[in-house]
Order: sequence, then structure tokens, then C-alpha cells
Amino acid sequence: MTDVRVGYYPGCSLQGSSRDFAESLHAVAKALSIDLVEIPEWNCCGASSGHMLDHLLSVALPVNVLLKAKKAGLPQVMAPCAACYNRLATASHEIATSPATKAQVESVLQTSIDKLPRVLNVIELLAQVSERIAPKVTKKFEQTVACYYGCLLVRPAKVTGFDRTEDPVEMDKLVAAVGGKTIDWNFKTECCGASFSISRSSVVGRLGARIMQDAVKRQAEAIVVACPMCHSNLDLRRGEINQQLEHKTDIPVLFITQVIGLALGLPKKKLGLGRHFVPVKFPPRPLAPPAVQ
Amino acid sequence: MSRIGVFICHCGENIAGTVDVAAVTKAALDMPGVVHAVDYKYMCSDPGQTMLKDAIVEKKLDGVVVAACSPRMHEPTFRRTAEEGGINPYQCEMANIREHCSWVHEKGAATTAKAIDLVRFQVEKVKRDHPLVPIRVPITKKALVLGGGIAGIQAALDIANAGSPVLLVEKSPSIGGHMSQLSETFPTLDCSQCILTPRMVEVARHPLITLYTYSELEKLDGFIGNFKATIRKKARKIDEKLCNGCGVCQQKCPVKKIPDEFNEGLSNRAAIYVPFPQAVPNKPVIDLANCTYYKTGKCKACEKLCPTKAIRFDQEDQIEVHDVGAVVLATGFKTMPVNNFSEYGYGKYKDVIDGMKFERLASASGPTGGAMKRPSDGKTPQHVVFIACAGSRDRLKGVPYCSKICCMYTAKHAMLYQHKVHGGQATVFYMDVRAAGKNYDEFVRRAVEEDGVKYVRGRVSRVYEDDGQLVVKGVDTLLGAEPVEIRADMVVLATAVQAQNDAEELAQTLHVAYDPYKFFAEAHPKLRPVETNTAGIFLAGACQAPRDIPETVAQASGAAVKVAGLFSQPELTREPIIAVVDRQPPPVFSHCVGCFLCKAACPYQAIEEEQIKNRNGDVLKVVARVNPGLCQGCGTCVSTCRTKAIDLQGFSNEQVFAELMSI
Repeated sequence: MTDVRVGYYPGCSLQGSSRDFAESLHAVAKALSIDLVEIPEWNCCGASSGHMLDHLLSVALPVNVLLKAKKAGLPQVMAPCAACYNRLATASHEIATSPATKAQVESVLQTSIDKLPRVLNVIELLAQVSERIAPKVTKKFEQTVACYYGCLLVRPAKVTGFDRTEDPVEMDKLVAAVGGKTIDWNFKTECCGASFSISRSSVVGRLGARIMQDAVKRQAEAIVVACPMCHSNLDLRRGEINQQLEHKTDIPVLFITQVIGLALGLPKKKLGLGRHFVPVKFPPRPLAPPAVQ
Repeated sequence: MSRIGVFICHCGENIAGTVDVAAVTKAALDMPGVVHAVDYKYMCSDPGQTMLKDAIVEKKLDGVVVAACSPRMHEPTFRRTAEEGGINPYQCEMANIREHCSWVHEKGAATTAKAIDLVRFQVEKVKRDHPLVPIRVPITKKALVLGGGIAGIQAALDIANAGSPVLLVEKSPSIGGHMSQLSETFPTLDCSQCILTPRMVEVARHPLITLYTYSELEKLDGFIGNFKATIRKKARKIDEKLCNGCGVCQQKCPVKKIPDEFNEGLSNRAAIYVPFPQAVPNKPVIDLANCTYYKTGKCKACEKLCPTKAIRFDQEDQIEVHDVGAVVLATGFKTMPVNNFSEYGYGKYKDVIDGMKFERLASASGPTGGAMKRPSDGKTPQHVVFIACAGSRDRLKGVPYCSKICCMYTAKHAMLYQHKVHGGQATVFYMDVRAAGKNYDEFVRRAVEEDGVKYVRGRVSRVYEDDGQLVVKGVDTLLGAEPVEIRADMVVLATAVQAQNDAEELAQTLHVAYDPYKFFAEAHPKLRPVETNTAGIFLAGACQAPRDIPETVAQASGAAVKVAGLFSQPELTREPIIAVVDRQPPPVFSHCVGCFLCKAACPYQAIEEEQIKNRNGDVLKVVARVNPGLCQGCGTCVSTCRTKAIDLQGFSNEQVFAELMSI
């Protein structure tokens, strides 16, 4: 099996609040022979504040990252954080579609921009190697889960190229590939409150409560995400969510990489499963009925 | 030496705002052969045309150049004027300094210089113009109307009542179209069937109308006045002469669970069926895909039980070829499928329906007899949400244009619902209410003020199901952009109007232009709204753009008048801009060597082979000949001719080279 070489852009969260995402991503990448090459001297993508303050900055920052990846000879770049992914993909799209923006960015970065590396999110990367996953499954992930995509992973369609922006299914396919069941539910792409997690956590409680309520009502045993923001809003802010719901919900929130890691039989510690606020445990399965003699 | 007059139009500000017309006039006077040049504010107006006419006489002009708009716009006007002035109309040329110059360039010296060049071209061309005589062709005074909806019905009736025979071709088993499916019509709430069905009967009984239902146009050859239409009459598997429409066959057919197209899938039909009881003709058709006999080779229940022995399992499609003089396209529209809308559930919720389904629910002839019962469980919905602009005016995921009819029919739907379900509540989410039309806005106000329909200005972001009930999540932009959530029992989407699936294919078959959305294009958006760019083919109704019934009927009558006008002429004159193969005295006869590359290149099959014989009838040479009736003057043959034996009248090689050499 040849190594898939891909540029790795950790961004700020994978080294801070979402170390569990980073750990599980690296563990799974190793198991699937994906060579994650960290982009040398990467800089901040601008994320939530950059594009609110200055349009040029919001494009120039990610483009600078992509140029560095290109210099390092990486044809594609994977940004696990959905906000990073969205900024990188948006900047790439703007360079491709707006000659004026391209000229401006070229002038501030004092370089000419040719073809930029392709930007991937973690789902797209895993989908690329999906045929490697099934043969390596040692322990089927036999849980019923709600795949939660959030907003930045799939939208806007013209940037991300998802064909089912309002009802994406790529993550559901990955979960199914490791033996999991996914539910059909209402809030796959609903807003979780994103960065309000810090500035107005009550808003996050209210938005997260709707998501959590529907998932629980439809018998999900866990929520699977691919975004650090989604994860912290549903995991770290569970207290606010439960307060809003006026009852306790205890289904865990897993990164897709953790789900795949579990199915590949990787040790829990390597997957960062101990770092969650809502403990990762699943209701015991009813014992199989005794064989009829 | 030529005596040419140049007439430069300001077109108000359109040209004079960008081009220095005085400088163009001055420059024109210096061009060799020009003896007169003048500019005027509106050359196409009466004083402008008189100026041109008088100058021809006074200055003894033998050629005229009008520097103004596109020849597509006013060439016929000025050629007529030139003819009135006493010169051959084909010695009047137009220099397009509006579309090709003033509209597309900034004001400046370069723009004026380009305008001067354009005038110079035409001066060089007109010097080499020869007098041409229009070609006269006979007209077949019979019309073909494609589409049997209200547009086609109206056009067919109007043409037939003006005295010309009509072939009305409809692809489905009955005429009537979308209008036959509607419940009531805005803004009067009169019943659609009550006003339509008498017209359908009139069509069937009219002595000059021949009805071809369950038929399609396969091919259209020829040109204005002389089309040849090939019509495929699909096999109904019924002898229409014997069938008396008793309906026993549909009752006895063992296959019963096929979604009924007329009721938009809200009820079922048999494999042999009449689309609806008021269908014209009231003759059934066998649905080959679902008939047990065609699937398994057994059954024939209908044949056994038919009292008039009208079932014909061995009936084949029939091909008929007819000569027609004009064609009216009235092929209608479709609505965007509900499963295009992921945010409204991709069509997965049974109670999220589109406007056509609602029409069937509200119709007295519908599956519920007009009682308001929702599709999932047949319960009466207590709260119905209507979403306007589902797909319309949505550049990202739908179509950018306004579908025009939805504001009105949504108001009608909400009103009908309020009338049928007392105590129920209809809520409409809208972007804008576009109710321009006679009594239209009054109608919408009536829905709001008298019937209590709630209008919420805002878009719906999502429809989802919670505890078995639909939840509509949207925003009220008039109340401080507050999010609103409404628990509804049924949701009706006013889905966008789109061109028919086969519109593009049909347009290509007929050589009719179409827009990016596959609606057929009119020859001029304002002044020639019912004509296409292909002479002799006219448009009626929603195949051209979204239209409501009054507009469709008006346009259909307009198209009919155009057809009647065409048929009122004893014969047709065509532009003599056609290719000709040269003829020389013996022993050359023609520069044509008979390679017939032109024959292969001609898109209109206008090149024929002509044998040049001596007195004894011996063939001396075979050369090409252009059929003047078929040639469209495209010039393809001219450019393929290796011996330069073909030339295009009015656009000869000599003229084109002279134009180019003048720069």
C-alpha cells in the first residue's frame, strides 16, 4: 500500500482545545498509511475574526499557507478544523475566480500565484482512502450515531463543492464503512453557535440543546463530528445544553477519526478518548439470545 | 461614379451620447462616391424617413447608407423608404453604429473613428450593390400548432375561426394541459374546468381543426409558407372510431396501482386509462410500460370485455407527413421537482407538496373531491404554510428569474384553504408580493384582509419533522429579523416554473433560438414578442417565459393573428439574399466543376445537381444549382467552393473584400 502524502495544516485548535482530534487523526493516518506532512512555518488562517475585519487579510493569510505547502511540494493540503478548511478553501476559490483579488494578494505577498494546492477537509481525505478502511476493521463500531456536519464543512456549495449542501452524506458513508448505523435527523447542518462558545455561551447552550434533543430523541448513542468547534460546543458546553433542556443528556461526542480509530482497534489512549468532558461510553448491548438447543 | 447618400442617426442619446455624429457626417462627405451626408436625431421617425426619401430624389442618389442601429432592427424600414424614394431597396445598407459601437464603447475619439470606419465599409459595399428582386414563394395555408394546453387551444381556435385549417398536436392522450388540472383561477376564483372544457370541446368539433393527441412532431423541414411536418401518432392500441368511451376497460383492468399523472400521483389509475373524465378525446390509451399483456403476454381483459371490440393490441405508431405554412409553438412548462429542495426535505415528507398537488387537492374533480385532506393520513390540516419562491429568484440553487405566477396562485391557494377549512390558518412566507395585473393586488389584499391569511416576509431555511409534525423554520424580516418557527400540518411549495425537459431538443429540431433556461426566444423582446427568429414559427404561452392564463391567451391570439396575417397574402416574398452558382457561355457553362463540396456543407439541403445538356439531350456537364426556396443565405457554400463559382447575392465576395480593403 503506497503512502498518501498530504500537507497537514493543524491550525490553532488542533494544538490546543482539540488535541484529541489531532491525536486520533495521527493515529488513524498512520494506520491507513497516510503521510501527514506538517506545512513548514504555517501561519494563522484568520478564521472567525479575519474575514470580519479585512477582506484582503482574510484571503492573504490562507494563501500564504497554501504557497508554503506548494513550496514544500505538497499537491494537496488537509485542514482538519472546519473553520481552517473553510478559510483555505474560500481563499483558494477567490484566487481562482477573482483576478482583482488575486492581483491584490500577489502584491501584498510579493509573489506570483500559480496553481494552488487542493484543499481537503478530513472527510474528503478519508473518503479518498475509504477502500483501505474496511479491510482493516478489527472491531466493528456497532453504535447508532448522528453524523453532525455543522456549517463550515459543507457550505457555501460553490466553494466546497458538496452536492448535497443541506443534507450531506459523506460522513454517514464513512461511519457505515466501519459498521456503524447512522440516523436520519433534522439538524445535520444546523448552527452550533461556533465561536460564541467563548463570548456568549448561553447562545451555544440554546442552539446545542436543539441539536442534542433531536439526536437523543431519535435514539442516537453518540454524535459524530469533524470540527473542533462543533465538538467543544456539544461536549464542553454540555452543562449549558443540559440546563437549557432541563434534563441530563449523556451521549458522547466523537470525532470521525476517533470512530474509525476505535473500529481499527487502536488503543483508546492514542485516540484521545480520555480528554472528553462527556465520557465516551455506550449503553450495554442486550446479550444475544441463547442459542436454541 | 456613384452618387451615395449617408444618413447618420443620433438615436436620441443612444448614439450621439458616445459618438461625435457631426464628425462622422463630415468624414462621410470626404469618402469617394459620397455626394450627400446628413445627421438627424431620429432617422427612423417620419421626418427622418422623409429626409431620406427627398434626398434620393433631389440629389439623384443611387445608393444609401443609414448609419444607425442594427439591421435586425430597422433595415426593413429604411429599405422600404429607399424604395419609396425610387431606388432598389437592396441598394440601401445599414452601418450599425449603435450595437456595434456606441453601446459597447466609451465616449471618445476612438469610438468616433470606429463609427467612421463602419460607415466607410457600407459605402464601399453599397457601391457594389446590384438591384435585387425579392423571391416569391407560394404559401400552404394550413397551420401546425404544437401543444394542446390553453395556449395551443386558443391559437388553434383563432386560426381556424379566421378560416385556415389547423393541425393541433398534443403529446399526452388529452388536450387541456396544466389548466385542466387547476381548481379555481385567480383573480376571480372561477372554476378552471368550467371555462376550459367548453373550449376543448370546441376544438374537437371544429371542422377546420384536426386533432392529433398522443402524438409528437418528429421532424420539421422546409421554410416559412412551405414547411413539411412529420408527425408520429403513437399507438393508443385503441380503434378510436369504434371506441365509444364507455370506460368498461378502465374498470376491468387488473392493474390499478399506477400513480395518476393528472392527479399528480395523489390517486391511482389503471393501465388502460382516460387521463380525466372530461378528456378530449374521451378515448383511453394503453400504458405499455404497465400493461400486464405487454409485460407477460397474458391478460387481454380489456379486449374481452370491450363492448365495441375497439382494443387493438397490434396497432403500430403511424407516421404522417403534412404540408403546413406556419407553426405555433405552445408547448408549455413544467414546475421544478420538489426533490430539488434539500432544505425542505428533498421530497421525503409526504405533506410537503407543490402547487400542482395543492390544485388537485382543492379541485372538485380531484382525488378528495375538493375536501382539504393532506396526503400522508387524509387528516384535515389545521395549519398550512405556503413557501413562495421555492427555486425562483434563487441564483445559488434555483433559477434567477421570477416565475411570475406563484405570488398569485399562492394567494389563491391560501384563500381557497381558508374557505374550505374554517378555523384553519394559512401562513405565506414571501420575498415580495408581485401582483401586477388587473385586479391582482386587490385579490392578494382580499386574501389578507378578508380571509385572514398571514403573510410573513422572509425566507424559510428549513422544514423538518418533529414528533410527526412538520416544523417550518424561517425568519420574519419585518419584525427585526426574528427567527420564527411554525408547526404546520402541511407545507406547499410554490416551485419555480421551468421549460419542458425536451424544450432544448425541440428548439434544435425546429431551429428556434432559446435562452439559457431553455425557454424559446422571441425575435424581439418588445416589438416582436410572438415571433421567433425562424420565419413562420410563432410562440404562445409558457414555452417562451413563465406566464399566467390571461397573458397566455392574449399571446396565443397574437400568434394566431400573425399566422392569419401570413395566410392572408396570396404569396410570400422572401429576401433575395441567397447563394447563386454562376453560369457562363459555352463551352464553360459554369465555373462550377461539380465537386459538390457545397452540397455536403449546406445545412439546408438547398444544393441540387443540374445537368447541362446539348440539343440532343447529351449531358455535357453536371453543376450545382441553389434552390432559391430552401437557401437561407448563410454563405457556407461560398466559403467551401474551390473554384469561386458560388457567390452570395447582396454579400458578394467582391463586396466583402472591398469593405475590408477600405480600412
